[in-house]
Amino acid sequence: MPDTMNVKLKIKRFDPTQSGGKTWWQEYEVDIHPDSTVLDSLIEVREHEDGTLAMRCACRASICGSCGMKVNGNAKLVCKTRVVDVAPNGEQLTIEPMGNQHVVKDLVISLDTFFAQINRVEPYLQPSFVPEQGEYTATNESMENLLISMNCIMCGCCVSDCTVLEVDSNFIGPAALAKAWRFTEDPRDSKRDERLKALNDEDGGMWDCTRCMKCVDVCPKGVAPMDRIMELREAAIEAGNTNTHGYHHTESFYNSVKKNGRLDETRLAIDSAGMFNIPRMLDLVPIGLAAMRKGKLPPLMPHKAEDHKKVKELYERVEGESK
Amino acid sequence: MYEHDVLIIGGGLAGLRAAVEITRAGVDVAVISKVHPVRSHSNAAQGGINAPLTDRGDEWEGHAYDTIKGSDFLADQDAVEVMSSEAGEAVLELERMGVIFSRGEDGKLGTRAFGGQKVARTLFVGAITGSAILHVLFEQSLKLGLNVYEEWFVTKLIIEDGACRGVVAIDLKTGEMHTIKAKAVIVAAGGAGRVFEPSTNALICTGDGLSLAYQAGVPLMDMEMIQYHPTTLARTGILMSEAARGEGAYLLNASGERFMEKTAPDYMELASRDVVSRAEQTEIDEGRGIDGNVLLDLRHLGRDFIEQRLGYLQEVSVEFLGIDMAEQPVPVQPGMHYIMGGVKTDVDGATNVPGLYAAGECANVSVHGANRLGANSLLDTVVFGRRSGVHAVEYIKSVGGHSRAEEDLASEKVRLQALLDRPNGERVATVRNDMARGMTKGIGVFRDQASMEGALENLIDVKSRMGGFSIENKGKVFNTDLMFGLELEFMIDCAETVVAGALTRKESRGAHFRTDITERDDENWLKHTLMYKDDEAENGVRVETSDVKITQWEPVKRVY
Repeated sequence: MPDTMNVKLKIKRFDPTQSGGKTWWQEYEVDIHPDSTVLDSLIEVREHEDGTLAMRCACRASICGSCGMKVNGNAKLVCKTRVVDVAPNGEQLTIEPMGNQHVVKDLVISLDTFFAQINRVEPYLQPSFVPEQGEYTATNESMENLLISMNCIMCGCCVSDCTVLEVDSNFIGPAALAKAWRFTEDPRDSKRDERLKALNDEDGGMWDCTRCMKCVDVCPKGVAPMDRIMELREAAIEAGNTNTHGYHHTESFYNSVKKNGRLDETRLAIDSAGMFNIPRMLDLVPIGLAAMRKGKLPPLMPHKAEDHKKVKELYERVEGESK
Repeated sequence: MYEHDVLIIGGGLAGLRAAVEITRAGVDVAVISKVHPVRSHSNAAQGGINAPLTDRGDEWEGHAYDTIKGSDFLADQDAVEVMSSEAGEAVLELERMGVIFSRGEDGKLGTRAFGGQKVARTLFVGAITGSAILHVLFEQSLKLGLNVYEEWFVTKLIIEDGACRGVVAIDLKTGEMHTIKAKAVIVAAGGAGRVFEPSTNALICTGDGLSLAYQAGVPLMDMEMIQYHPTTLARTGILMSEAARGEGAYLLNASGERFMEKTAPDYMELASRDVVSRAEQTEIDEGRGIDGNVLLDLRHLGRDFIEQRLGYLQEVSVEFLGIDMAEQPVPVQPGMHYIMGGVKTDVDGATNVPGLYAAGECANVSVHGANRLGANSLLDTVVFGRRSGVHAVEYIKSVGGHSRAEEDLASEKVRLQALLDRPNGERVATVRNDMARGMTKGIGVFRDQASMEGALENLIDVKSRMGGFSIENKGKVFNTDLMFGLELEFMIDCAETVVAGALTRKESRGAHFRTDITERDDENWLKHTLMYKDDEAENGVRVETSDVKITQWEPVKRVY
């Protein structure tokens, strides 16, 4: 193995006091140890090529959460991203600041968005009592279960690449919902029902996730925020929170496919909003007209899929197995 | 201009624990930190936190003695008594705040074994204990609405009429400099690992707090006591927690022998860290290592156990070296990890400067002496973080009058501008690397007069270049280039006190192992070294000594 490896970087730069507030690209090349991480190469640039490059990093061991940024378009913790894994043939790496968050300078984003989202879920234990002495008694399984979420290092990668936040900045976000899950599942917490109800009701809450999986892909710590969101949904339904768009949407989806073997999109839109939700119905009209003009309007009356009986059988099998 | 009753520098465990205590007392407090609190280096503590829980048949005196023996009898025993006797409550309180500790069968807190202790009394959260506690203290800070100056960098402590009255700091996001006045300041700014290269420490561990206090006239104590952790990952220097050995991992040399048999037949791999690191270095130096490493073998623990209890270690091993610990031993070597020395304080965190406190790794109370036991650093932060908060709340009641702080702001602005205006010279990183490599070379696991003098010569050379480095970035917004220059100045203070302490101590004790004087000398050296900044003294450091406080445990030969 050679002593060094050549790494080519193309970095998106930004300084609010320069270039009229516009971003620009800058290219660098460094020679470093072949086992190096993307962070190592960026540090090499910062220390020996260009001291004006701004980025955050601290622990170099994937525990402090400082060095989230986009590598070739996807959010990564660069301290645990080895160069050979993302540029096996010496390809140029494109490095950008994380998305969905305001850029302060170069690769440094403002932490305000992330922590404002975290703050929305009352992110602290709210027990009904405090033991006068000693600890709370809890099973080891119940505690270790929470580690999935406690592994979160608040790096912001999931928020960066969340496709919902891209179009709806009001969404509470994958990290905050995973944090909320950590409390709803904690046997010491007394506010489970209140938390579930709030996240269920809240505009931008658990039902706004579109299950695109992006947060699961980019999370460097295996927190799988989307899975936590799905568990929150199940818990919310089990706790009786059924009068919401999200639940109606799910229910309509379920019924439509079970009955017809395919999705009745017209019905879905109406059911999700609620038939008598006049303002929402009126909102749907222009969407429907636009879809019609483009020839994309779903049929108003559903027709059954040819093998809809087989679909029904699948439902019965799955439901039988899960009982 | 900003003003608070108490200002805490550092948002890690010691700082946040102090802040929680002060907020509960209804006193106006703020934290200032160069990184967001959850980025603090407390995160990196993996294995656990020691607590002798009396309802489980453990006794605090047992923990105290293990700590004192671990310290090679250099710890002040009155301070250790405070830490050990308060440990149980301090840790249970963390649990009640929400920390997810692993449990035993009975649903009570579970324990694992750790080095230098015969009783398993280390409470833990997988191998992410520090992170799990830090995040919970951060949650508490959100609950309490704590005021945090995030990404503000302190350049100077304001001392007026002999007392500490605030700080001068840069808001990194804007580049503007400000005064923050306070009636008391608690320095909880972490360690100084980057004075060495390599180090397990985060890049932010640059001794800022130690230097700030030192510049203000506080002595730094026992700075020669540098902990080399026995298991840092080959090449990367990443920490592999002692929890691995606590859970039963072996250390093997190239011939597959458990070499700890030779030096610590009773404790084996769980002897004190200094002892294990020396044994490893001996194997490596005498040709029984593998490319400068020994092997950490977990295979017999089984995959499920490894993934359940040591998941983070497996993650690091796989991702950084491509080694699956269930299949293959991992190459490890001793690596600089912790500084036992620090800002001299009493058991309430108070320094010799009224209104100035210190807690956590930057402080030296002293509970770690010449070698810290694993899982005592987290304990130190919460016990003495809390106590410094309690004491600061009492202290500020007697502080009146208005501070004249603005004078310092003006002089600091001039100083920093001069740094920015320097003509092109060496890069900060070049000077820093030369300093840090020289420190590791001279003040290593083993040292002698010649190696320490080599470190001093290197340092004198590096100091002579300190006026010649330049800051390439002249901008205002997030100018880390400037910050690295200021950090380097902090590190130089730490480095020269480390070298001064090391050259002063004419014995081998704990982490300070001299191959030219291999014995401990209680007759002459049951003493702390105290380094004062003094321009009149040789190399700018005046070294004094003070007696170690012995309460109930007379020093005996240290055998593991």
